[in-house]
Amino acid sequence: MSEIVLNIDGKEVAASAGMTVLQAAQQADIHIPTLCHHEKLEAYGGCRLCIVEVEARGRKSYVVSCLYPVEPGIVVRTRSEKVDKIRKVLVEELMAHAPDAPELVRLAEEYGADRHRFDKETSFCVLCGLCVRYCDEVKHKNAVGFIENGAVREISFIPEIAAKECWSCQECFTLCPTSYAQAAYLLTEALAFPGRREAHSHAHAHATPEPERRVIPITPVAATA
Amino acid sequence: MTMLKLNSAAELEALRAKILAGRDPAKPCIAVCAGAACDGMDSAAVACAFLAEVGRQQLGERLELRTTGCHGYCERGPNVVVTPGEICYFEVAPADVPEIVAATLRGEVVERLVYHDPASGAKAVHMNEVPFYKHQTRLLIGDNPKIDPMKIDDYLAVGGYAALIKALTEMTPDQVLDEVKRANLRGRGGGGFPAGSKWETTRNAPEKIKYVIVNGHEGESAAFMDRAMLTGNPHKVLEGLIIGAYAIGAQRGFMYTRHDMPLLEKHVRNALAQAKEYGLLGENILGSGFSLEVELHFDVGIFVSGESSALMRSIEGNAPEPRPKYVRTSVSGIWDKPSNLNNVETWANVPQIISRGAEWFTSIGSEKSRGTKLISLSGNVVNSGVVEVPMGTPLRTLVFDIGGGVRDGKTLKAIHFGGAMGGSIPARLIDAPLDFDGMSKLGAPIGAGGLLLMDEDTDMVEVARYLMDFLTKESCGKCVPCREGMQQMLQTLTRLTEGRGRQGDLELLEDLVEVTGLGSLCALGKTSGDPLKSMFRYFRPEYEARISNQAANQAADQAAAGSGDTK
Amino acid sequence: MCEQKIDAIIEKYRGQPGSLIHALVEIQHENHWLPREVLQRLADALEVSFSQVMQIASFYKTFSLTPKGRHEVHVCSGMTCHLRGAAKLLARVEEITGLKAGETDADSRFTLETGACLGSCSIAPELIVDGKHYGRMTPDQAEAVLKSYE
Repeated sequence: MSEIVLNIDGKEVAASAGMTVLQAAQQADIHIPTLCHHEKLEAYGGCRLCIVEVEARGRKSYVVSCLYPVEPGIVVRTRSEKVDKIRKVLVEELMAHAPDAPELVRLAEEYGADRHRFDKETSFCVLCGLCVRYCDEVKHKNAVGFIENGAVREISFIPEIAAKECWSCQECFTLCPTSYAQAAYLLTEALAFPGRREAHSHAHAHATPEPERRVIPITPVAATA
Repeated sequence: MTMLKLNSAAELEALRAKILAGRDPAKPCIAVCAGAACDGMDSAAVACAFLAEVGRQQLGERLELRTTGCHGYCERGPNVVVTPGEICYFEVAPADVPEIVAATLRGEVVERLVYHDPASGAKAVHMNEVPFYKHQTRLLIGDNPKIDPMKIDDYLAVGGYAALIKALTEMTPDQVLDEVKRANLRGRGGGGFPAGSKWETTRNAPEKIKYVIVNGHEGESAAFMDRAMLTGNPHKVLEGLIIGAYAIGAQRGFMYTRHDMPLLEKHVRNALAQAKEYGLLGENILGSGFSLEVELHFDVGIFVSGESSALMRSIEGNAPEPRPKYVRTSVSGIWDKPSNLNNVETWANVPQIISRGAEWFTSIGSEKSRGTKLISLSGNVVNSGVVEVPMGTPLRTLVFDIGGGVRDGKTLKAIHFGGAMGGSIPARLIDAPLDFDGMSKLGAPIGAGGLLLMDEDTDMVEVARYLMDFLTKESCGKCVPCREGMQQMLQTLTRLTEGRGRQGDLELLEDLVEVTGLGSLCALGKTSGDPLKSMFRYFRPEYEARISNQAANQAADQAAAGSGDTK
Repeated sequence: MCEQKIDAIIEKYRGQPGSLIHALVEIQHENHWLPREVLQRLADALEVSFSQVMQIASFYKTFSLTPKGRHEVHVCSGMTCHLRGAAKLLARVEEITGLKAGETDADSRFTLETGACLGSCSIAPELIVDGKHYGRMTPDQAEAVLKSYE
């Protein structure tokens, strides 16, 4: 496989053709923040936090590193005044929905984001699509999908499929940066096939708990104004 | 009548000769416009009345009737044009029909229905005397009154498909490509990107299977010229597409258009079927060895589906989410095959470039923007409608000579171009020429060609809020800056218009415009802040006044509430 | 609802995942809304996941996941209509029908929609009922027009 040498943050980095800038950076231990990225899933380019500055053929542009393919000789800056500003505003925008999500709190600290900059609309979901894409691409179940468009877009469990598939899986819960996937699932369960959880716990009252039917604790929410 | 498949250029020319021989140019023809606006003013009733009158008097031998696509002067519809002489009648009602028929048979004119100058009362009878038409160069839209869009023979009668014959019989694909490149035909959909270079990229892409696409989505608000073109003269667009496919080496084409225009769908479907019957589509076109299949696809009512990569996802049957263009769709588009997409007007320009040559084409327009441009003229204008002028025409000609100025005797405040992702410039820039690069520099890129006049009473903050409201509903919601950034801009603008502005709101908007512009995945988000940018450039005091007044009012309210407490 | 026609549409596209949008358009056109049970059958026939069908059916404004009224009332909110008084027209239509955009009344008489510039900007502002265009509408004229629909 052909070797490509590019420059990331002043460092000569070797990568192979077909890799993305994000992969090349990770391989060289250069950290780029991501929210919607997962190595098992196709790159999505939704959260835009991995945006970097690229100089190629004398032209400077801002691209998302999870999708931008490596090219010989390009110069990548993972931090710059503009890059930091973009990340800061994106984090502020997301914190209107999930003000206490641990990853966002950490990013807010790093980029100086003001969690109160925008009026709160706490839907908790940041629409990273990890649950939707994992269920589709890895599990091939499509029990959870996107509905609607634009600002009213949501994730939604399909009760007909969730009733059959989710009970023994629940793997998307741990991927979710805000615990919303789990909440949405439990709500679907309560509305569409209630009683299952109780029936299950009665039946297994004396049995050893099965590890895969876990409910992960929702991250404690700090009191916010 | 069943049509015969034509197996050669000679057979097509023979058919054309036969069609023309059967037509008497001296026989009067009454053309009733059935364009979108005329249709909305019930031109169908007018067409019915003509049919009834001709039937009642059994005038079929002496008079031709034709229902056509948009003539252009939508403001004064229903439009009727009588040939020979191109006598224009405006605002025709069914009750006027017997009089028009009688006058036409006598070779006379119904004076009361022709154009009268609103100021002087001077009459204009023929199309080339009517102010709305006489300042135009109608190379693309001019055939509309001569064509029943349901009849391919009408298109052949005005010389249709001659360019295709020339391309297939006298030119190699490379020569066709070269002609389009030398004509410097720039994409009419908004970007102004050279069509020839785009074609070349797709042609040179290694994959053998290639696609060509007509983008007839026209989602830009207050843009209606592409519909007028495609509904009124579908074969011209199709001819351009076939020639392009030949140059590019594509085997399959897609027409992507609106689902909510029943007439448009009917005409395009019919055009595809008729072209296929004549052998102008399908296997071995006119015996040339070149084959092309074209199918029709529909947007289902969301603006982002007009974005090229989202449009291609939609043709594949997927949700129309755009994908990042680090690989261009001209290299990897529909089903990852090289896919060349141009809009309706771009394709419509191709036949005349091939017929009349690149030199002729480059003799029209301005230095870097060649040819004519279709414009949808609307808003607070006296004469709204579909207009076609050479590139480089001063906006003043469009606004005043053709458009007749501002309605209700008001003064012009702003000219807005390019819909929700365009920009507004102040009236003082009225002498700027209509030019891709020039208008972009001014902050009001031509876009697809929707031109709106805004009068003195227009509230520019409200205009920005309105445009942002439109765009937030059209965003797909995939990427954060577009989905969230536009929502926050909308909320801020809404606060301003409702008198709840805060100090710092302008800076907040500027941050959001910047981040949404740099961070968004597709053109929708990237350009969503463009109207605001133009507002800040030209109308900033209006925004500042909102904030300072509102902040002052709020302070006063608080003070009043405070003093109330102490009483 | 005409079950046979819907079945015919589903059958026409059986095994063709790429035709999902075509099928949805045709069913919407035939039936004026998309019942969940029909979508489920469509997903099975086209071999598309139900969540993808739901994503597309809810994404596009043209599709309706709830039944519509007997008459579909559309107030154009395109830019020229906006500049030529669409807001006042819409306010009156909302008052007459008691509906906000996207709603259907309890008697299923009207469904009110706004949006999409339909390109007849020269006759703005525009009211469209069941596909019939009423150009240059004043709020008072709109009242008379709507009264004629039962």
